[in-house]
This record gives sequence, structure tokens and C-alpha cells, in this order.
Amino acid sequence: MNQISTFERIVRGLLIALVLLFFLFPIFWILLMSFQTNEQILRIPPSLFFEPTLQNYVALLTGRLQTAAGNLDIAFMRNLGNSLLLSTSSVLLALALGVPAAYAFARYKFRLGESIAFTLLSFRFAPPLLVLLPLSLFFRQLHLTDTYIGLIWVYQLICLPLILWIVRGYFEDISPDIEHAYRISGHGWWKTFRKIAIPLARPGIAAAGLLAFIFAWNNFIFALILASASKQPVTVGALAFVTASGIQYGQIAAAIVLSVTPTLLLALYAQRYLVEGLSLGAVKG
Amino acid sequence: MAQLALGNVSKTYRPRGKEQVQAVKRVSLDVKDGEIVALLGSSGCGKTSMLRMIAGFEEVTEGTIRIGGKEIHNLPPAQRDVAMAFEGYSLYPPLKVRENIGFALLRERGASADIEKRVSHIAELLEITDILDRYPTVISAGQQQRTSLARALIRRAPVSLLDEPMSQLEPQLRAILRARLKDYLIEHKMTTVFVTHDQTEAIALADRIAVMEKGELQQFGTPAEIKQSPSNLFVASFIGEPPMNIFDAAIASEGNAVAISGLGPNGEPAFRLNAPMEAANGKRVCLGIRPHLIEIGANGSADATGRVITNHWLGDQSHICFEIGGCSVVGVTDKPIDARAGDALPVRFPLGAVHLFDAESGRALAHGLGQR
Ligand SMILES: Nc1ncnc2c1ncn2[C@@H]1O[C@H](COP(=O)(O)OP(=O)(O)O)[C@@H](O)[C@H]1O
Ligand SMILES: [Mg+2]
Repeated sequence: MNQISTFERIVRGLLIALVLLFFLFPIFWILLMSFQTNEQILRIPPSLFFEPTLQNYVALLTGRLQTAAGNLDIAFMRNLGNSLLLSTSSVLLALALGVPAAYAFARYKFRLGESIAFTLLSFRFAPPLLVLLPLSLFFRQLHLTDTYIGLIWVYQLICLPLILWIVRGYFEDISPDIEHAYRISGHGWWKTFRKIAIPLARPGIAAAGLLAFIFAWNNFIFALILASASKQPVTVGALAFVTASGIQYGQIAAAIVLSVTPTLLLALYAQRYLVEGLSLGAVKG
Repeated sequence: MAQLALGNVSKTYRPRGKEQVQAVKRVSLDVKDGEIVALLGSSGCGKTSMLRMIAGFEEVTEGTIRIGGKEIHNLPPAQRDVAMAFEGYSLYPPLKVRENIGFALLRERGASADIEKRVSHIAELLEITDILDRYPTVISAGQQQRTSLARALIRRAPVSLLDEPMSQLEPQLRAILRARLKDYLIEHKMTTVFVTHDQTEAIALADRIAVMEKGELQQFGTPAEIKQSPSNLFVASFIGEPPMNIFDAAIASEGNAVAISGLGPNGEPAFRLNAPMEAANGKRVCLGIRPHLIEIGANGSADATGRVITNHWLGDQSHICFEIGGCSVVGVTDKPIDARAGDALPVRFPLGAVHLFDAESGRALAHGLGQR
């Protein structure tokens, strides 16, 4: 069907390889670094050939970091657990709140509706520190500082607007008459929402959920200010690798590899739904 | 299977930040049990709005809607017992055509074998059997439309609402399906309101036609009534193909009879008819006559002489456009007429075929003159 000359094919392959190299090389390099000792990493010139070592991973898993200045305790695994807990529960909560809200904003025009939606979005405009300083005072009074609940709550500032606005757009793209056709056959509002609206918006929900997860996972400042060591996620915990005796590149690389894994797995999983959205094509019909 | 009554129903849309639109204005309509009613009108006259109010997707701004005597306009759509085929088809993309049609029935707890049977029956009726296992996104617009129609018909609901159910079909298929649809609706005694802007379809399918314009109900009657005694100028010129000839006219009273002068563009008389009736002297009216009823080439007593502008033989009828004293007139005959542009033709306006309308309000004054 499509007539592509060999030349075109070669050029295309080269270009794709270039793009992949550009994006994937740093990740690949970090993967290599995670299997090297600090000395191997820092030698000049750098080399692709080395004897791989698992000592970085062992240090992270056991929580004992051996540096030139002696042993150091790090709570990386705990941080990773915190990250997982915080991001997952924040996204789930934001989905539970945001998807019905997005549906309401898309389908029903009510007084102040636009203003409320915009206010929610505007949380994303303000520099986080500006929001955080007053918030930390409130949190102290409410005894929410350094609690998971408090953190999940502030994480809604990141997740909720994102989910609300992306999913709302998807709901708006679905012709309301598809739902009407279902409702008129005798089904109630709630069943229509579950059986028709949600499945049709699933690609949007998957995309929004994934994005929210990434944003929550990468958040640094909220937990830095509002949580102590025991509740901090990897982003904050990674500061521990900058030790008095130098920066532990090997462990950092291993930590990065470990902390990227959950997001990567989630992205691979969510991809199914993202692609499903494309193949469904014109929902508007 | 139930009667439907609209009482003074109005609909006003108030879009945010835009001017409000009065889409339906005080429409009253009584649809009998098992009756098929067409809503006929040009685009934007409020037909879809009417159906959506009956179905419950738009609130009624004013007025009442009853089905089987019960007020339903405040009930949610699920409790109204109506079925609807949407103008935009609105099929559910993740489901196959078969499931789209069947899901309307799932709630009625029929045995699934029974549902299967009904689906294949309705599919056969609408010629979509061979696409039952495809998905809505890969079938043509006409097939989508028939699927949507099938989804509404299969329910045999007490009231069925069909919004332009066959607008996407090619003419031959449309004619076949029209007949089948009518049989189906009659067989199951389904009270049906369908929207169309195709008058042939309305006349062929409907027991009664509701003609709408600018949100107002113009006339509600049988196809024959609408054709023979249009209630106003709008209905007169909207129904009929080619449309009715309309002239400005003045009436001069002469004892028991009147002389009606058709006026040319400058107000001077173009032709004159004498009719045995009474009317106010000097009254301004509009005179209408359908193209088929003008007698062209009449021997003997001609009312006027027309100068031929065009003359087309369409294979089964002639459309002749001619000019009388500055008025252009269209006539239709079922025989070819031997006349070329510029020729003079004797023309007769049979009094029985003449309609008179009030020049200001447009209301009908008389259908056929001198036949009281
Ligand atoms: N949701 C809406 N908001 C505002 N105006 C509307 C809406 N739906 C229809 N209208 C207006 O109401 C009028 C009637 O529309 P509609 O009932 O769709 O006409 P029809 O089906 O006869 O073509 C049109 O002028 C249209 O622009
Ligand atoms: Mg319409």
C-alpha cells in the first residue's frame, strides 16, 4: 500500500535511532552507573566496560551506606514505600473525587460552576512555596504536620486539578446523547455514569491518573516542609546521598533506577487504556 | 400504545452569555393512541427541542406533557416509558451493532433468546443484518442511522420519538423502509412522533402532520387537510412541490359576486377572476393556486395569457414557468406542452382551486371560491 523507498526507510530508521539515543541514553547511562562503584564512575575517561557490582543495590536494600568516612544509615526503602503510599493514595483519592466532579462540570451548567473549576485549576498557578507557608501553619494547628493524611491532602493540590481538567475535556467530547440513549431505556443516572460515561472516558482517566501519579511521585517541596524523615518520599530522601564525604553517585543511580520502576510499570499498564482510546476513534458520532 | 398530550408547551434556551432563544412557543398537540404523527418544518424550527422535552432531556419551560393521562414532564427520562432515535445516532462505540440494538431491551428481563429473535427481526426489517457484528465506528452514516432507529423501534415503547430517522438513506431504500416502518408501527400499535423536513416522508408515513415554523405550531391535520386547506400562507407555500403560486390581490365587490385582481409587481392588475361570494370592497388578500391545478393551454374561456419563460418535460410531467403581467407563475401538466420561451399560452385558474389568505395575518380566508 504505502510505497516507501529503501532510502527513505534508512533515513527514517536513522532519525528514529537518533531520537531514541537522545532520550534513552541518560537512562541507559544511569542504569550502567548503578552497577558501578563510585571509583569506577569517577574515573577518567569513563568506560563502558567494567565489572558490575550489586553493592549499590545491597546498600539501598539493607539501608547501610558505606562511605570513606564510615557507615551511614539511610532510609531509602522506607522513602520508596512512602512515595508509593503517598502517590497511590493521592491519585486514588483524586480519581474518586475528581472524576465525578469532572463529569458534573462537563454535563451540568450550574451557578459559579466555571468559577469553581477555575479556582481549582488556579492552585497550579501559584508557586508551591507561597501556598505552603500558610498551609504549614494551619497544619500545625490541625495536628496534620507529619501525618500521611495531611500529606495526601496537600497532594490533592497537585492531583485533583490535573484529573479534573483532563477528564472533564474527555467527558465533554462524549455526545451526551449516547448517555441519553441509555437512560431512556430505563437506566438511572448513576448506572449510566458507571456503564457509559466512565468506560468512554477511560483513556482520559488513565492518562490523567498516570500524569497525576508522576507529578505526585516527583513532588519534593510539600514533603520537605510538611513531613519529617519517617514520612518523606524518595525525592526528599535522596538528599541523604549527599554525604559529608562526597556524593554517592553509584547509590544515587541505583536509587533512581529503583524509584523510576513503579512509574514505568504503571505507564506500561496504563498504555493499554491510552491506546484503546485511540482505536475507539470518533466517539462523537 | 399510549396517548400523548402536549399542553401549551414552551421552551426557552438561555445559553450562558448569549441571547436567549425561544425554540418552542405554546405548542399544544394531542396524539391519539397508536397514531403516527410527523413534525414537519424547516431546520431550526424547534422540532428536535419538542422531542427532547417529551423524552426528558430538556426541561419544559412552560406547559404540561402527559402520556396516557399521566403528567410526565417532571419525571426523569428512565421513568417516562418512551423510546427515541436520535438525530446524531448516538451509538455506543465499544459495543457491536447487535449489542447496541439489544441493550435497549436488557432491562426488560426478557429471555436472551427472545432478545436475539427481536434483534434479528428488526435488523432484517431495516436491512442491517449483515453489519450486526460490526462496530458503530466502521459502518456508514446510513447504517448508523438505521442501527439507531432499530434501537428505538425494538422496544415497542408506549411512545416512540424518531428524530429524522431516515435522513441519511438513499431514496430507493428510504421508500422501501418507509413502507416497512409504517407496517411495523401499525402492527404494534405504536404511538409515534417523528421529525422530518421531507414532506413526502411526512405525507407517506403520518396519520397527521404537525407543521411548525419558528417554534410555533402552524397546523395540525391529516395530510389531505394540510394539502387542501392550509391554515395560513406559511403552510400553503411550505407544502407541495413545486410550491403554491402566491399573488397579491385586491377584491372589488360587485353585488353578489366579487372581482379578484391579481396584482403585478407595480400594483397594476395582471389578471382578473370573478367569483360568486361576498367580501369587503377593496380588501387586500393573497391569492394562492397550486401549480398542478392551473389549466394550461385551455381552450375557450381563459383567465389570462401567459408568456412562457421555461418549459421542461421531466418524463412524466411538464414544469412550465410563465409570466402574467409581471407575475411569474409555475404550472405543472401531465402532458408535454408544445410551447417555447416567448410563446403565448392561454391559462385558466379554476375557481375551486383558488385559496385566499389575509394579506396581513396570512390566515386562510377561503379554500375554493364559489363552492359554498
Ligand atoms: N441547547 C441549546 N441551547 C441553545 N439554543 C438551542 C439549543 N438547542 C437548540 N437551540 C436553538 O433552538 C432552535 C430550535 O432548534 P431545534 O429544536 O434543534 O430545531 P430543529 O430540530 O427543528 O432543526 C434553534 O434556533 C437552535 O439554535
Ligand atoms: Mg433537529
